[in-house]
Amino acid sequence: MTESPPGPWSGYQEGLARGELRFQRCGECGRAVFYPRLLCPFCGSADPAWETAAGGGTVYATTTMRPRDEAPYHVCLVDLDEGFRMMSRVDGVAPDAVRIGDRLRLLIVEEDGRPVPTFVPAERS
Amino acid sequence: MSSLRGRVAVVGVAESDLGEVAPGLTEQDLIGQAATRALADAGIAREEVDGLFCSSSTQPAPTLNAAEYLGIRPRYSDGSNIGGSSAVSHLLYAAGAIESGLIDVALIVYGSIQRSAARKLITPAAISAWEEPFRPRWPLTMYALAASRHMHQFGTTREQLAAVAVAARAWAQLNPVAFERGPLSVADVLAARPVCDPLGVRDCCLVTDGGGALVLTSAERAREAPKPAAHLLGCGVAHWHRDISQMPDLTVTAATESGARAFAMAGLTPADVDVVELYDAFTINPILFLEDLGFCAKGEGGEFVSAGRIAPGGELPVNTNGGGLSYCHPGMYGIFTVIEAVRQLRGEAGDRQQDDVEVALAHANGAVLSSQATALLGTEATLS
Repeated sequence: MTESPPGPWSGYQEGLARGELRFQRCGECGRAVFYPRLLCPFCGSADPAWETAAGGGTVYATTTMRPRDEAPYHVCLVDLDEGFRMMSRVDGVAPDAVRIGDRLRLLIVEEDGRPVPTFVPAERS
Repeated sequence: MSSLRGRVAVVGVAESDLGEVAPGLTEQDLIGQAATRALADAGIAREEVDGLFCSSSTQPAPTLNAAEYLGIRPRYSDGSNIGGSSAVSHLLYAAGAIESGLIDVALIVYGSIQRSAARKLITPAAISAWEEPFRPRWPLTMYALAASRHMHQFGTTREQLAAVAVAARAWAQLNPVAFERGPLSVADVLAARPVCDPLGVRDCCLVTDGGGALVLTSAERAREAPKPAAHLLGCGVAHWHRDISQMPDLTVTAATESGARAFAMAGLTPADVDVVELYDAFTINPILFLEDLGFCAKGEGGEFVSAGRIAPGGELPVNTNGGGLSYCHPGMYGIFTVIEAVRQLRGEAGDRQQDDVEVALAHANGAVLSSQATALLGTEATLS
């Protein structure tokens, strides 16, 4: 019996622990794949290859959560420059000041003892 | 593909008690109430039910619970769950089972005591590991994100979202069993407690108890039923994602496919539809579905729902029962779109009855804009 390599979730978590946001790219169709998995959901090819995101992204959709019992907080969908989308949040700015189209920079932070990929506004050049 | 058009019909519909039901009533009790009433409505004995369809937010194998409670021993059992659109998807599967001769009578049921038991129910783990660290509130956050994108891309306004809630309330005022029947203005919706931008609490569906049941049989047998048959003219199901972060375009739902399939089967277009019943979990939903089902162009939904167009007396009657926003919303609302569509076709809708209803559309949505199911139902006249 051959031993299977660790699952995609493990590879993703291992990346975060090293300060990398990993995604996959399909060797056949070239599309970016996120969340990581054992086949490309676009063309069906097996074993898309790991890559590491450079960390630049753009706000695709945004909301400010307004719970009754705690301070408002931010949730958004971010389009990474490499061509995939993920849920995250933008720190370092008021939640309702975040706008769709804002440019962002990845910031992996430690939360509840685990690394979490958040974003901050990109510095203007 | 052979068409199911006009081959089966809905012959019985019923709600259970709605709103906040009597203490001690369970999900199964509400299913029992609705099933008993729907079978009486159909003039069909419980013993004749040989196909049972049930979705549930709490039971992993819901037809086992329902069949045991009802004392039914089905030969065809479908507990498939694609969220709140499940009951409408069950119409398609029931039609296939009847048409192929596997069953004669299908009973589709749903029930929930979401309101009475909210503090006791264990919420199923709905948020995936990829989204959980960011603390979205299922499903509210996901619909707010979709609304934010629609507003950004097409200039849809909060006032236009509010118009959906205001129209629903006006319809609910004509429905004696609707949960919320007080006055509601656009200003009230905008001033309501913000919960998740751009949505305020009046942009969100109710949390109520309630159950529903549908009885289906062949078109031939339906003609012997005590009440006019609601013939299934077309039905389509589609789903593209589960998590909102996997939805390719937050402004385009799989209703584009489920609707196209239903209209193609029926040989109809949106212009043929007399009343529209849409799953309005949030005010953005009817805007998206009116676009995706072809009642208006993509991006024009906000304008379309404004100025009373979908309210009583408007050009297109939408959610004539008051919808999930004002009538009832026991977790998975889909079955109620069909109940109201059938009542409008029969002329049983009381003060909210529309004139000359020949074709009714029932459309339901599941999870976070994830699954979509569309049904077109018509009177006997639509078959000729």
